[in-house]
Amino acid sequence: MASRRYAEVNQEVCVACGTCAFICPMEAADIPDGCWAEIDPAVCVGCGACAKACPAGCIDLVERAGGR
Amino acid sequence: MKRKKHWYDYLWLWTMLYFILGFFNILFAWLGMIDFLLPLGLAVFGGSKWFCNHLCGRGQLCMKLGRDLKCSRNKPTPAWMYSKWFRYGFLVFFLAMFGNMLFQTWLVGSGADSLREAVKLFWTFRVPWGWAYTAGTVPDWAAQFSFGFYSLMLTSLLIGLIVMALYKPRTWCTFCPMGTMTQGICKLRRGH
Repeated sequence: MASRRYAEVNQEVCVACGTCAFICPMEAADIPDGCWAEIDPAVCVGCGACAKACPAGCIDLVERAGGR
Repeated sequence: MKRKKHWYDYLWLWTMLYFILGFFNILFAWLGMIDFLLPLGLAVFGGSKWFCNHLCGRGQLCMKLGRDLKCSRNKPTPAWMYSKWFRYGFLVFFLAMFGNMLFQTWLVGSGADSLREAVKLFWTFRVPWGWAYTAGTVPDWAAQFSFGFYSLMLTSLLIGLIVMALYKPRTWCTFCPMGTMTQGICKLRRGH
């Protein structure tokens, strides 16, 4: 069952330090092209660990479209 | 879910070793050029910040101390600290200080100034460091560069540790001059 919220990265602010990828318990966060982080909404459980750990404050939890 | 460990997850040991070696022999400071050239090389030729998120020993050390050893208050980083003007401003300041260090090296090399066996912290406080160098081992300019470069590396480490303790473990990364440069290169290469 998908979570109500998922994490989204503001790539304009992301410094690609890798904290989110390091911290994510689901391995949903990654830096695929090496320049900024991306979070796979299909895997993200919306726990907020990455948003809490991000030093640049560039991760927000957003409501899924048509969420429960 | 446990993350698989890689060899590069232990590079925080390299950072510690670098500063320990420089404490005993300042000429090891030259090894710090790897941390200067590698991120730029990876950004220019690879178009990525792979160094920052995989190879940065300093960032890993901040994570170790801040997260694993709980030396960080884990408070939100102030917004101005990751704002564009501060990041680029700090980069300009850092590059100016780097240029000044190169100028000092040139002065010593040309004989206009003499070698100072000291480390300058926060670009202000001169700390005697004479035990780490035996005069005449290498040309004076090479020794002067070592003292200057080690000063820069140690100062940035201390700033990183201070912001780690005050805010989040990797707060330094938000305004790290190398990170700002590689971010700029990334954006240019990807047309952002």
